[in-house]
Amino acid sequence: MTTRLLRPLALSALLAASQLGLAANVYVSNEKDNTLSVIDSNTLQVVKTIAVGKRPRGITLSKDGKSLYICASDDNTVQVLDLASGKITHNLPSGEDPEQFALTPDGKTLYIANENNNVVTMIDLASRRVAGQVDVGVEPEGMAVSPDGRWAVNTSETTNMAHWIDTRSRQLVDSTLVDQRPRYARFSADGKQLWVSSEVGGTVSVIDVASRKRIHTIRFAITGIPKDRIQPVGIRLTRDGRYAFVPLGPANHVAVIDAKTFQPLKYLLVGRRVWHAEFSADEKQLWVTNGISNDVSLIDVSEQKVIKSIPVGRYPWGVVVSGS
Amino acid sequence: MTSLRILWAVIVREMRRFLQQRSRFFGALVRPLIWLLVFAAGFRAALGIAITPPYDTYITYDVYIVPGLVGMVQLFNGMQNSLSMVYDREMGSMRVLLTCPQPLPFLLFSRLFAGMCVSLLQVYAFLLIARLSGIDLPWQGFVSVLPALVLTGLLLGAAGMVLSSQVRQIENFAGVMNFVVFPLFFLSSALYPLWKMQEASEWVYQLCRFNPFTDAVEMIRFALYGQWQQDAIVHSLLATAVCLLLALWGYRPRQRA
Repeated sequence: MTTRLLRPLALSALLAASQLGLAANVYVSNEKDNTLSVIDSNTLQVVKTIAVGKRPRGITLSKDGKSLYICASDDNTVQVLDLASGKITHNLPSGEDPEQFALTPDGKTLYIANENNNVVTMIDLASRRVAGQVDVGVEPEGMAVSPDGRWAVNTSETTNMAHWIDTRSRQLVDSTLVDQRPRYARFSADGKQLWVSSEVGGTVSVIDVASRKRIHTIRFAITGIPKDRIQPVGIRLTRDGRYAFVPLGPANHVAVIDAKTFQPLKYLLVGRRVWHAEFSADEKQLWVTNGISNDVSLIDVSEQKVIKSIPVGRYPWGVVVSGS
Repeated sequence: MTSLRILWAVIVREMRRFLQQRSRFFGALVRPLIWLLVFAAGFRAALGIAITPPYDTYITYDVYIVPGLVGMVQLFNGMQNSLSMVYDREMGSMRVLLTCPQPLPFLLFSRLFAGMCVSLLQVYAFLLIARLSGIDLPWQGFVSVLPALVLTGLLLGAAGMVLSSQVRQIENFAGVMNFVVFPLFFLSSALYPLWKMQEASEWVYQLCRFNPFTDAVEMIRFALYGQWQQDAIVHSLLATAVCLLLALWGYRPRQRA
């Protein structure tokens, strides 16, 4: 029996602003429900739920923005969803248990981390065939491709390294030691830095791409939360190089970091066990997935404030925003 | 015109009384601030409290507890007023007021209204300090909460009046506080969300649900975020009407033995 008379100003301002822009769809993979939730970024409502393969985790948009690649981990395949029709058009070979992957900037090749057999599989999207495999460390997890397409980086959770794969020769050429259980890797927009989160180590390593050496280690501390609950996973860096956002897993907070000084500025309270994050195309919104509380939280990037949490399916994992 | 002048005079008297009693002003602020800055800090739940309306996302415990403490400020103010009515009656200043030509219900209402105005001062001072000490409250909520505060102020003031009409001596008041204020406050949604109570015990939950103080707190909570909780408003209006009638009945003119 609640009638809303006034909406909080921040929300209405945001709505007004976003209504000027294009309505975007936010896609969330629900690991336990085998579905994808689609949220309208203007109305902030779930508008559709699409059934997909078993245990969907990593998701990413195709270069033309028309399809979505989905790691269906327990089906050992990468599915391709046509966004216009909402239908799975075909499956791609992926190697065993695909969890995270990265698309090359030319949109032609997917680099997939295969957690169970210690390899990275490359898929040629045009021919839908495996283009090659590279042996990496134990339990490959995070995957990133540099903005210039020169490097593909994989993190291995047990070896605790970031592995550098030369995309031209498709060979592993170097590895950089990071802290325990690296889960995720992300290049800065200018391609000069690689950020790697370590879930158990509780840190984010900033690596200089030219020298492939660690130049800084970011540590976190939140009043009232034990250190072992601070488990950084996903990473997003703003294009202007000013801020980084790092979901901290069971700490239920997202860290806002000054990307120039590497100092944490603020911790934003979100739902339980927050893992992955994605910006809207204009970088005004940041969406994060809260795995255990079964919802996603929306952060206003300029205000650095959580404005809403929206229930989705069970164990939301990956998130992408159309147009981003 | 005379009525307005009397109303104004009563308000001014109560305001003066309140502002001159520095320790009372101080006490009215310190009590909820201790709860907010000490108790809520102890239970901070840095990991967040699940979303219930009117909140849009996860909140920390200190944010949750603010509306309950606002209710507490008004509850104590209501009790303080009834205490001062007993005092006025003992000291004879009540008789001066009663010599006014206006009917008794009007005089009682003036007194109630004046007490409510005093509670508004206390509440806004508390909200301001809470906001400035970093509790995440929307500024526009300071405006939208006003109508709710007027109603809850009248409700809790009228409840206090019912008590004062029944308590003959100031000495009895401590007992009243124990048997009225604490159950009202603790058996409500002021400190914990009702779903949390339900998890603990069904009958405690039912007691909390039917406690008018819960309605008062929920009304304040929603109004702080620019929303109206219809059930809470209806229940609060009803409870206010019942208390007013009981107070009138309690203060009806009669022969004393």
